[in-house]
Parts: sequence; structure tokens; C-alpha cells
Amino acid sequence: MRHFPLKSPLGATRLIALLLLLPALAGCSGDVMFPSGDIALQQRNLILISTGLMLLIIVPVMVLIVWFAWKYRKGSGAKYDPKFHHSTGLELIIWSCPLLIIICLGALTWSSTHLLDPFRPLDRISAGKPIPPGTKTLDVQVVAMDWKWLFILPEQGIATVNELALPVDVPVRFLLTSTSQMNTFYAPTLAGMIYTMPGMRSMLHAVINKPGESWGYSGNYTGAGYSHMRFKLRGLDQAGFDKWVADVKAAQGTELTLAKYVEMVKPTTKDPVVKFPTVAADIFDRIVKRCVDPSKPCLADAMPHGGSHGGGQMIGNKPVPALEKAPEDKGTGPNVTKPADPKVAPGQTAPGHQHNRAM
Amino acid sequence: MNDALLKTIFGRLTWESFPLHEPILLVTFIVVILLGAGIVGAVTYFRLWGWLWRDWFTSVDHKKIGIMYIILGIIMLLRGFADALMMRAQQAMAFGANEGYLPSHHYDQICTAHGTLMIFFVAIPLVVGIVNFVMPLQIGARDVAFPFLNNLSFWLTVAGALLVMVSLFVGEFAKTGWLSYAPLAGIEYSPDTGVDYYLWALQIAGIGTTLSGINMVATIIKMRAPGMTMMKMPVFVWTALCSNVLVVAIFPALTVAFMLLMLDRYVGTNFFTNDLGGNPMMYWNLVWIWGHPEVYVLILPVFGIYSEVTSTFTGKRLFGYSSMVYATVVITILSYIVWLHHFFTMGSGASVNSFFGIATMVISIPTGAKIFNWLFTMYRGQIRYDLPMMWVIAFMLTFVVGGMTGVLLAVPPADFVLHNSLFLVAHFHNVIIGGVVFGLFAGIIYWFPKAFGFHLDPTWGKVGFWGWVIGYWIAWTPIYIVGLMGVPRRVNYIEDASLQPYFIVAAIGALIILVGILGFVMSIVMGIVKRDKLRDVTGDPWNGRTLEWSTASPPPAYNFAFTPMIHDLDAWYDMKSRGYERPVEGYRPIHMPRNTGAGVILSALALVFGFAMIWYIWWLAAVALLGLFIVAIGHTFNYNRDYYIPSEDVMQIESQRLQALKSAGA
Repeated sequence: MRHFPLKSPLGATRLIALLLLLPALAGCSGDVMFPSGDIALQQRNLILISTGLMLLIIVPVMVLIVWFAWKYRKGSGAKYDPKFHHSTGLELIIWSCPLLIIICLGALTWSSTHLLDPFRPLDRISAGKPIPPGTKTLDVQVVAMDWKWLFILPEQGIATVNELALPVDVPVRFLLTSTSQMNTFYAPTLAGMIYTMPGMRSMLHAVINKPGESWGYSGNYTGAGYSHMRFKLRGLDQAGFDKWVADVKAAQGTELTLAKYVEMVKPTTKDPVVKFPTVAADIFDRIVKRCVDPSKPCLADAMPHGGSHGGGQMIGNKPVPALEKAPEDKGTGPNVTKPADPKVAPGQTAPGHQHNRAM
Repeated sequence: MNDALLKTIFGRLTWESFPLHEPILLVTFIVVILLGAGIVGAVTYFRLWGWLWRDWFTSVDHKKIGIMYIILGIIMLLRGFADALMMRAQQAMAFGANEGYLPSHHYDQICTAHGTLMIFFVAIPLVVGIVNFVMPLQIGARDVAFPFLNNLSFWLTVAGALLVMVSLFVGEFAKTGWLSYAPLAGIEYSPDTGVDYYLWALQIAGIGTTLSGINMVATIIKMRAPGMTMMKMPVFVWTALCSNVLVVAIFPALTVAFMLLMLDRYVGTNFFTNDLGGNPMMYWNLVWIWGHPEVYVLILPVFGIYSEVTSTFTGKRLFGYSSMVYATVVITILSYIVWLHHFFTMGSGASVNSFFGIATMVISIPTGAKIFNWLFTMYRGQIRYDLPMMWVIAFMLTFVVGGMTGVLLAVPPADFVLHNSLFLVAHFHNVIIGGVVFGLFAGIIYWFPKAFGFHLDPTWGKVGFWGWVIGYWIAWTPIYIVGLMGVPRRVNYIEDASLQPYFIVAAIGALIILVGILGFVMSIVMGIVKRDKLRDVTGDPWNGRTLEWSTASPPPAYNFAFTPMIHDLDAWYDMKSRGYERPVEGYRPIHMPRNTGAGVILSALALVFGFAMIWYIWWLAAVALLGLFIVAIGHTFNYNRDYYIPSEDVMQIESQRLQALKSAGA
């Protein structure tokens, strides 16, 4: 794993880049520099190549700064020419050197951004390993909740909270949404990150190439439970994955019904891994359309009804805005710098309590 | 009294709103009150109120307003840095089984307050303060275009800062991050007072900043001394112009974004909600349309400072003046079309991401050209390593690294792994500390003798310098590394205990920066103590090149007895090399703006209005708003706005200066 499949002609630059990243070697498992997925690996390589390209100009500049700063210090006796303030030739170099680097980097950016677009289906398993014909892409539906990750595997008909297993060398298509917050699905070893947003569905294509465990995080701050919102990402070989699916199916868990989901929407923190052997059909679509509660109209259905009102009916209970509050409903504005009181901030014991937002 | 009546009178303000339950905060609260009472008492005892009110608070003199801005910035820096130390301590201990000493609700407030304070109430006041003080002097003007507006802008900024400070003790501050993203900042997910404090503080201060921007642009366009064409303006004036053009263009976007969020919270509209047609992504776009150019609002004038300092201390004209100007203008324009790089990962198409990524990289070309220009200004120079020049060298070496990581983050696929990680946090601290803060210190130390007639203490200044520079590298290198290991930003707890050493090193770095801050504060204190030893009577202690060094230190109220005529770039250097002689007669009365208390009163009313809106005290808000209108309109009927400094007074001041110059042998 200490080997870098870096296809760059810039040998020396590569070395410098590596030296720069040497301190990162200390924690070599499961980080950006030593990924286990092909997409993250390509992203890592891109980081190294770009850094190398930029060092081509940064290093000489830093050397020049130190050199000139020393050489032209007062009293050094170096040539003093107060009239030297313009040189067309030098200015040409000054502007064209960064320009050249940026042209290279720009071309690299354009192609890599398109090739590594999270919405674009994969065209290889890993370097030099095309996708075998007939390979079925694994669909994983991801819901960012307050504050836990819900993974639904529709084909397998199972769901889990805060744990995800992926078969090695199988292309995966993530479909992602969120219940209430702009959140970020962040799997540094797999494919980086993508936002998950309520009422919207984003997509991420990835593949894991090595068996092993790593962490996935929530990347965008969403409130009190944010720091603890993470999931275990397990890369398993096909047999291991099948066994994991069977384990989930055999789990003594409840079904992930619509009612169960509505209950789960309430904010909780530090949730343990939960396994759901069965999943209500279409639940993910309903989550995206914000109509898991069967009594509520779905987003797409509701839109046309809005008409002149700007689109959409109310889904869920809308909070009363400040100016419409009756005096007795104004509530209080407590000073909440005090330590968390388990009775006031109920967390796990009373999910859904408003105080959970201010734990 | 019944509940409804109480709430009508006090809104949601109750005893619970005060930190009576929290001994540490209560003690802080009491200490702050005692300290405040002590200062008020001392000012009263020494009968300084009249002096403060007449000579400072109501002053419309751009120099005094600039100095007050800088004092505000330094005070808020201490508060913002205290927040930083608390976060560093939390992150250094919260691993594995230990959750640290700050619960989420407290840590999140500190995190939000740190970012908000550092940008809005430290960086902006310091930059605006330096521009305010220096720019009119550099263009040979007697004041800014709208002197009263300048005073009002300052006090509105103070009102905003006070609201943030009040939130420490009454209620709470926002727990939503420094830009308070929707939908988290909506009333559904943040019903408490925090986001309201955030919004009203920034709205009030934002109006001040916008007005100040208009003022500075008008001043530079209209009030330059005769002969100073655009291409003869000092580079600092150019950067101040571009920065303030940006302010005028972007702050309305922020004001509108906040206004819409306020409507969501107060009236029940659905601009940024999840349902009913609202779209939180709009908020992100609007705040970043402000947010990215804001970076350049801060850094451009600081680039100007570096240019002035480099040119002065190398004893050379700036290399490539016109390419420096064009670089500044190009950065100004490009800064408007890069905002989307703050959320590549939101899932825009590859072409959109590429466009914004490449546009971002293109900014590095003029920025790179600037670095080269400073480099070649040093080439064949005679570099004097006084403190300001030391800051320039530290800046150049630090900033290029930040620039490099910035371009790296501009490559969208690289950003997909590094965005929202601590790598990003390390990057922007690299450019803001290594770029903006270093330059502000260079500027403050450089122009301090101009403002007060004596130098800051150089020994303590060096302690400050090395504390900041070494501290910066020790504090932020480990954060870059853990960012590369995939640690997300804004976390208050990390599971993997093997990362703890990095955060402990970072905390040590923060403590070294503390030494730097204390060194800087001490250089002010010791400068004042040893002011007779550090005195400069020439008005030109560094052998400067621009007009501000031609007048006395501190400059008289009217800046220049005669408006200078400009023939060349580096006007004062030009005058000196032509054997400039100071006129000794022919003085005329000088037309000056008169001080007014309207700015203080309007800002106090704005503060009350904001506070009442935050706490839902509608009657008080109505009264304050009405008061605002009455005072604002009333002030327009105040025709007693100017006066003349008689020519005898000018003569007296100028001949005193000539005497001083003679006795100093200049």
C-alpha cells in the first residue's frame, strides 16, 4: 500500500509532493492519501499532480524570496538601482509563467471534472480493470437524518443505520437525500463527498477496491449532533457481502415501515447500528418527495396545486413566525451556555423533543 | 402580573436569559460589568467624558474615525481569539471516551462567534480603519467625501459588535456556523435568539460597511489632489478603490439574503425553507456571492499595504506599477465569478463546476504577478528590515503556500475529497492570517508613527512578530495534515484517538500566537510608556514615498495647509528629490466639517431596535424605529455643519511644525 500508481512524468515533482505529504504517512489507514476506492484514488492522484504542477512555480518563488531578501539587505553591498522599476521582458515572464501553469491545470481540471463527475456512471473498476460485461451496479439509497445515516439497499430489501457494507469491485450508485438539513455524505476513502438535500436527490458513483473498514462522516455542520454523525464503511468480498446481507435479513430488527421512519426523523444522537430486515417499498421516493406521512401530499403532486401561491402546499407543521406569535407563545430565550442537563436535553431518551436541537 | 402582559412588555426576555445558573459565565459577566463600571468611573473621575465626546465620539475627522475603527478591531480580536483558544482546547481533548469540556450547544456558539467576529468585527474594521486613516492623506485630501456618513458607519459597526457581545450574557449566540446557512438557520431548526442576534448584528454593521464603501469610492474618485490622475494614485489607493467598489456591489446581496431569512423567521415567508417552494440553495448562492468577493475586500487593501511597505523599505519605486494596478482590477472583476467554488459538492454539473474552478485558478495569475512584483521591487533594492518589512517577508513565504492549497481546492475533483474538511479550514486561515492579518500588522506598525507621532515599541513588536509567524505554522500545519486524513470541519469530538497529537500541537501553536498577540499589545503599551524616546518629529520616519509622509505626525485636523500638486507617482519622494521647501506664508482659512453627535445617537437607536427585535419586544422596536426616523430626518435640518479654521490658526500650527523640524535638524 506504500506504492503510488501515479502516472505522471514529473518524477522529481512527484517526489516533492510525496515529501510534502510525508507527515500524513503516520495515519495511513483510511484517509484521503491512502484511499480504498478507485474514485478517491483518482482524486488523490489529481491532488498530487496539481500540487506538483504548482510547486514548479511555488518552490522557485520561495527560493527567490529568501535569496533576494538576504542578498539585497541594507549594508550587504549588493547593487542598488532605485530606478529599476520596469522591465517589459520580466513582466512578460511574470504573467506568462503562472498563465502556463494555469493553462495546464485548467485543462486537467476540465477533463478530470467531467471524468470524475459524481453523476457519471463508472467506466472502470480500477486502473486497467474495465467493468466486466453484465456487471450489475449496486444501488444504495442514503438518507441523512438528524443525526444518523440511513442506508437502504432496495434490491436486497434491507436498510441499516450508521453502517454500510459494500462488495469489493462492484460499481455502486448512491442516491442521496436528507430529511431536514443540507448535509454532506463524506466517505474520504471511497469517493469524497456530495451534499444531501431535503426534497432533492443527488447522486454519487463509486467503487471500493479493497476490503477493510473505514469511517464515513457528515461533512456539513447541521447542529448539535453533527460531530457524532458518522458511519462505518465496510468493504467486503462478494461472499462476505452476501453474508452481511443475510445477517441483516436475519436480524431481530423491526421493519422499516413508513411509521417507523416518521419516528426516526426526530433528532437523536450517537445512534447505535440498527438493522432493518425489510423495507417499505418506495420509501426513498417518498422521502425525496417529502410525503412519507401518507396523509401529506407529495412534493411533485403538490407543486401544481400551488399555482398563484408560488408552488407547493405545506408539508409538515410550519412553525409560527415571530410576528404572528401571541405574547404567551413567544417562549423564552434562555442563556444556554450551561452544561447539558439530561432532563432538559433528552437526546436518546426523548427523541423529537425540541430541546434536542440545543443539546 | 400575568404571563401575557409580561411577555408583551419583555418579549421572550426572562430571568432564564441571564447566565445565573452558570458560575463561570456569571463571574465573567460580573467582572465585565465591574470592569466597565471601573472604566466609566475612571473616565468620569478624570473628567474625560467631554473630551471623549467632543474630540472622538462625535468626530467626523477621518483620522480619528480610522483610529477608532482600529481600536474596535483590536478589542474584538482579543474576544475572537479567546474563542479560538477555547475551540483549540476542546479539539485537543475531545477524543475517544473524553467528550471535552464544551457541550455541543456551547462549542457551536463559540465556533460561530469566532468566525463571525473575526471577519465582520476584526478584519473589516481593521481594513476599513487603515483605509480611512491613510487613503485621504495619500490623495492629498482634507477629509473623506461624506464626513458625517463616515462617523455613522463607524458607530453602526460598533452597534453590531455590541449586539454580538451582548449575546454572550443575554440569551445565546447563533449555533449555525459563521454564515448561518439555511435551512438550519430557519425558525424551525433554530427558534432561539442566537440566529436573530447574528442577523441583526450583521445587518446593522453591514449598513455601516456599505455606507463606508460608498464614501470611500466617492472620496477616491472626486477628491484627489490636482495632478493625481488615476495612474498616479499610490497602489494602496488603487487597492482601496477596488476593495470599496466590491463592498458597494456585494454588501447589498448579503443584506438581501439576510433580509429574506429574517422574513422567513419573522413573517413566515418561505424563501429558504424546505417546503412550500422555498429553496435553501438560494441562500447559499446569495451569501457566497457576497462571501467570495468579501475575501478580496479584505485582501486587496492589504496587498496595497504590502506594496507601500515594500517600496518604502527597499528604497525603490514599486516594480511594475501598472501591472500591479491591472492585476488588482482583474482580481476585482474575477472575484465576482467564482462564488460557486464554495459548494462544488452541491452537485452542479461538471461543466458548471469546471467553469468556476478554472475562473478561480485564473485569479492566481494576477495574484502571482503581484508576488513577482514585490519580489522584483526587492531586487536591486536596499532592504531595511524594520518590523513592517519583516511582516512582508513572512507574508510572502506564508501566503504562497495558502495560494497553492487554494488553487488545489479549486480543482473540483480534488475539492470533492478536501471540501468541508479541516484542510479547507487550514487553507483559509493560511490566507487570512498569512495574508490579511500579517499585512494589517505591517500597516499598523508602519502608519502608527504617522497617527501618533511616536513609534510602537520595536522589541515587543518583534515578540509579536515571531509569536504570530511561528505560532501560525505550528498551529495550522497539523490541521492541514488531519484535513488530508479526512477529518471534517466544525467537529467538537473525534473518535480516532491516534489523531490527538496533531490537535495538541495545534493547540500549542495557538498558545504561541497568543504570545504574538500579547507581544503586539505590549508594543502598544510600551510604545506609549516610552513615547518620548520613540518620538518622531520629522513626520517622515521611514523615508516614505507617498503624500501622507509630507505632513506632520500626527497630522493637523486639516491634513495639508496647502493642497499639494502632484507631478509623479510616489509624490512625496518626487517632492523631496526636487528639493521641496515648505511654504511659510500665504495661508488661507480652511473649510472643515463640523462634529456631530447624530451618528452616535442613530447607532444607539439602531442597537435598541435590533435588541428589541431579537427579543420580540415589539413596542420597544417600534419606538426605536420611530426614533431612528425622527433623528435621521431631524439631522438633515441641521445646517450648522461646517466651520473655517482661521488662517492665523493654520499659520500658528504650521510655524510650530517648522520650528520642530528645524530643532530636529531636518
